[in-house]
Amino acid sequence: MGSPARKERAVASRRPARELAAVSGRSAEPAADLDRLIHERVRLGIVSALAANETLSFRDLKDLLRTTDGNLSLHARKLEDAGYVVCRKTFDGRMPRTDYRLSASGRRALERYLDHMEALIRAARAR
Amino acid sequence: MPSSAPHPAPEPPIPALRTVAIDDLRYIRETMERSAAFTAVPGWATVAVGVTALGAAAWAARQPSLAAWVAVWLAEAALAVTLGAAGMVAKARRAGGPAFGGPARRFALSFSIPLFAGAALTLAYLRAGQGGWMPGTWLLLYGAAMLAGGAFSVRTVPVMSACFALLGALTLFLPRAWGDALLAAGFGGLHLVFGWIIARRHGG
Repeated sequence: MGSPARKERAVASRRPARELAAVSGRSAEPAADLDRLIHERVRLGIVSALAANETLSFRDLKDLLRTTDGNLSLHARKLEDAGYVVCRKTFDGRMPRTDYRLSASGRRALERYLDHMEALIRAARAR
Repeated sequence: MPSSAPHPAPEPPIPALRTVAIDDLRYIRETMERSAAFTAVPGWATVAVGVTALGAAAWAARQPSLAAWVAVWLAEAALAVTLGAAGMVAKARRAGGPAFGGPARRFALSFSIPLFAGAALTLAYLRAGQGGWMPGTWLLLYGAAMLAGGAFSVRTVPVMSACFALLGALTLFLPRAWGDALLAAGFGGLHLVFGWIIARRHGG
């Protein structure tokens, strides 16, 4: 049995982006408004961590976000494909090393996402 | 017969959606703060602290009185804090973050409370002439301070902290004459090993 607040958060976290977009008072089309690429929790974590650091290694991100190699790889690749993060592969001696940094478009996407969340809170308060 | 008119779509539960937004914003802030604290641990500065601690252990072992012995280790503690702080600032600057942001302040606060306890106990032991308890107490409380300050840091830091705490607890039950050797093993050896691991794995 969880607390009511926990249950509410659990239900809310499964809510589709479309509803979040509608409540924010903007377009009801989520693709045009709420960035679903960033909305996913691991990807939001990657982008947030990189916003506070110039670069982070794959190992740093994995430890920080407490996730698996496969999961982090998958989500980092999606952000890389979208141009939100830049990946750099080098060798540290004989060991391969992967570093990530946030691109300018990734930083703008995070700022838009933050604006959107704040707008959502304001709209919810106004109702 | 029921009406075939479409029902209006139910409005989304506002408190729940607001919770999502607040939860997201909190997660973003916490991840940014955690990542800043996470990478601020200075690997090479920790190695440098290990080197100076080995020197301090050798020097302290030759001191004729308890007061002189404590003075050597206090000087080493001041040097270690300076090296550690300089390393954290340098690493934060390289990462493009603030040197004394929220995470650094929280680390300093969490770290300082067990250190204050250590300083108070050192004074009490010194007054009572019970220097033999100092090495175990210092190692144990340094481990507790690192654990409190670096709980969200790279995993190497909590592991190093636990090693210090265990070594400190063990030292309390070992012969007093081994004090300098055990301090060398802790402040020297553990800092050298874990500092090198942090520097190699997490950059500087």
